[in-house]
This record gives sequence, structure tokens and C-alpha cells, in this order.
Amino acid sequence: MDYKLPFAEYNDALKKNKLLGLKCKDCGFITVPSKMVCRKCSSTNLEIVQLKGTGKIQTFTTIFVAAEARECECPYTIVMVELDEGPWIMGNLFVDPNRATMDNLIGKRVDFGVKVFPGDRYSAGNIARPQFSLAE
Amino acid sequence: MRKVAVVGVGETKFGPAQSKTAVELLAEAAMDALNESNLKPKDIQAMFVGNVLGDFSEGQGMVQSFAAENIGCFNVPANRYEGACASGSMAVRDAFMWVASGFYDIVLVGGTERAATMGTPLATRTFAMFSDSRYEYGAGITFPGVFALLTYLYSIKYKIPLPKLKEQLAHVNVQSYQHGLHNDKAHLKKAVTVQDCLNSMMVASPLQLHDCCPFSDGAAAVVLASEDAAKKLTKKPVYIVGVGQSSSGPLCNQNDFLPRLRARELAVEQSYKMSGLKPSDINLCELHDCFSIASLIAAESLGFFEFGTSGDAWVKGQADIGGKVAINASGGLKSKGHPIGATGVGQVYEVTKQLCGEVEPERQVPRAKVAMTDTLGGDAGTICNIILQRGW
Ligand SMILES: [Zn+2]
Repeated sequence: MDYKLPFAEYNDALKKNKLLGLKCKDCGFITVPSKMVCRKCSSTNLEIVQLKGTGKIQTFTTIFVAAEARECECPYTIVMVELDEGPWIMGNLFVDPNRATMDNLIGKRVDFGVKVFPGDRYSAGNIARPQFSLAE
Repeated sequence: MRKVAVVGVGETKFGPAQSKTAVELLAEAAMDALNESNLKPKDIQAMFVGNVLGDFSEGQGMVQSFAAENIGCFNVPANRYEGACASGSMAVRDAFMWVASGFYDIVLVGGTERAATMGTPLATRTFAMFSDSRYEYGAGITFPGVFALLTYLYSIKYKIPLPKLKEQLAHVNVQSYQHGLHNDKAHLKKAVTVQDCLNSMMVASPLQLHDCCPFSDGAAAVVLASEDAAKKLTKKPVYIVGVGQSSSGPLCNQNDFLPRLRARELAVEQSYKMSGLKPSDINLCELHDCFSIASLIAAESLGFFEFGTSGDAWVKGQADIGGKVAINASGGLKSKGHPIGATGVGQVYEVTKQLCGEVEPERQVPRAKVAMTDTLGGDAGTICNIILQRGW
């Protein structure tokens, strides 16, 4: 059985600022990131849908010790955002690390953007990810 | 199913980067376990080994076969287990099932790792391989980062203001360091205060250096035997009376349960059900404190404390020797160390020694009869629990 939305296709779309997910034609549940089956009912009756990319910050962290070859990105802030369509997604946030506090970030609405990790020797290519910013 | 016992254990010192190979470390631990079991290498019918990153740390794959040959267990079937930091416990669980089923009577379980040898940048990179490589590593997630995300969620869910939670976490670290001070096998042996913790370098906000376990080198081994075989080998068989294991997908897709980890709650339920025991029966527990917050999350899901209250329990000494349940009397991953493929086997080593009354007196849990181990791999991608009980 063909994989409905492979990572390569998701990644190409994300680089064009389009966040793709899967909508279940049986139960309506949105699955992000892409899987073989619906996360709720395990159906393979899925269609690709574009998500808005907007949502609310649920949690965050600012990284001061990075992995090999990513030291130059430090410090950077990672967020888990609950998308307006329901799923949670991991991405980065444009924010002054000194202002990355619970009061300033938790529950705050974010706008969607994209940034590409060019890849390293282990990553089998580049990886686009959401780069959120605090909504005005 | 047959009853299965631990009949002998061995462990190297856990520590910083050193020059022995993963095979050599495992050979040392395995020989100690064999000697303690009154067995010879030829008595071993199969070998089960946790090893996660041998490919990266020293360019060695399939370490289990080389180790089997090295210690004289010639031509036995040898399996490697990779479930990130839970690998060693997966190996123990599978070995248990093979003996319980009647297929084997005596097997050797080991774990070995040179995580410290890799150095912090490569170790941080490779540990991040146990998050979702496509959908989460792009954002630069690291292992401390995963537990930092959970720390804020914990603070919100249980309405514990961050400064108070941070102080509770510091108490967790202070207790672990205190136990490790008296453990000859421990990697980090130092006395640390609450203030030291709060002053230490920020790694992934809000987690600081003393909230994080070290990358360690080390190995551990245990011999498992059927009840009949065990009775001939030792007067002190320690029976494995319950096991459980469960898996999960990427952290984001665990959102319905966070900061609780569903895989642990399913795994521990299996192990309690198999053993017929309950949390109040557990005298001591080696749980997966890769980061301070991980201790709180684990202790609650294992049923020792109510959700949101375990930080307070640590502050009041309820998680210490002499408290409700003695947690990480070895020093835990925090102080004893975390050679990831060996960690789960090292936990079984520790609780077996505790149940036999054979650890340093300063950290011996008195009258211990029942113990639990808890090992978490990745961002809860694999969690494994084991319950052990004195057989005399
Ligand atoms: Zn569905």
C-alpha cells in the first residue's frame, strides 16, 4: 500500500510555507505528522489537507547545549504548539532568549513561518520545520 | 510459565571516558556475574545484550557476538537490544521470557556502552536520534530539551510555580548525589547543595547542569536461571516476579497524556498485574532519573506518590532510605551514571545487591524484600519495568 504523505513531500511543501497533514475520511481526525494510518481510528482512508499553522504555545525550552554541528545556533528556543486544528507540533520560536519565560510564552498565539535545517552527515538530507513568531 | 531468578550479578565502575572497549567492559562485568553464579562460560545457553551506540562510539556493531566469543560462551545465540536508554532492561525482559517459557535454563544478560567516550557534542547528537529524526530533530531538540519541555508542562498541570518546582528538583539531585557518594561504582561522587544546583549552568531552560545525568562508560551483567537451576546454584535467588514494556511515537503525538508518559503507565500496570503486587509492596526502586523532573514523573506513574506531589515527597524524605520507598539508593543515573545500553542491567544489579543486603552500609535499604526497576528510552519511545523479590 502506498504511503499517502511521505516525509519528502511534506518537507517540500513546508519549504513553500505549506503545512500538510492527513484528514481521516472515516472519523474526521487530523493526523500530524503524517502516518500510514489515522492516529485515532487506524483507518487508511486519508486525504492530504493543508493546515493553517497558527496555534497556541503549550510549552517551550531554550537550548544552551546543542548537538554536534549545531552549536552555532545556540541559544535557540523550541516550542510545542497546539495547532488550531488540534494536533501538537514541534518547531522553533523567534524570541529574545531573555524573554523566553512562562509568563511571556505559555498560552500565547503564534504565527507560522518556516526554517530549514540544512542537514548533517546523519540526517539524510535537509529538514524543514516550523519557525513560529508571537502573534501581534 | 516457569519462575526465573537472578543468580549472579556483575558491574564495572561507571565513569568518564576511559580506554577499555565495550567488549572488554562487558567481559569484566560478565565474568563477575558468572563467578558469583558458580557457573562456567560453557553453561550459558544464550546471551542478551543492551548496546545503543557502539557504532558511533568505537565503530563496533554486533558487540554481543564478539563479547560472547570473548568470554568463552562460544557459538551461543547472541542478541543485541536497542531501545535507547531502556535497551538493557529490554534485554533482561526478553531473557526472562525465554527462560520462563522453558526454552532456555540459564542465560546471560549484559549491557555495555561508551557514552562518555563520544564526548558531549557527538553524545548529544546521537542521543537526539531517539527523538523523531524527521519531524522533531529539525527544530534542534536535544535530550535535556525533551525533559525541559515536560518541566514547564508539569509546572502548569499541577499548578506548582516554577521557583518552587525548581527547588523540589534540586532536592531530588541532592539526594541522588548523597547516595552516590557511598557507591563504589558511581560516576559522579560529590556533595552538592540545593544552592549549587540552582547556580549551575543552564543546559535547556529550566533544566541546569545538576538536573542532568552524565554521559558514562560502563557495563553490567546478570545471570538468569530457571527456578530448578537457581536452587542448585545459590542460596539467595532473587526472583523476577513481574515485567512490563510499552512503546510510544513522537513526543508531540503523546500530547493527550503529557507530562505523564503513557508507555510507563501501561508497562508498570503489566508488571504489577503479573506479580500480584502493588506500589505499597515496593521497598526500593531504581527509576530512570535521566533528568530531575523525570524522577517526579516516574515516581507518580509507578504509583508511589499522588500526581503532582512527588517533589514535596522528596523534600520531606519520603523518597529516601527510611521513607515510603527508597528511590535510587545507588545514586541513580544522576550520580551512579548512565552508560545507556548498560543502565537497565545496572539497575537490576543494584536492586539484586540491595535485596541480598550486600551494598555499602551507608546506603543499604533495611529489610528490603521487593524492588522495582524503571527504565525509559528516548522521549518515552520505550519504557520497561521489572519487579524483583527475595526468594528466601
Ligand atoms: Zn480516523
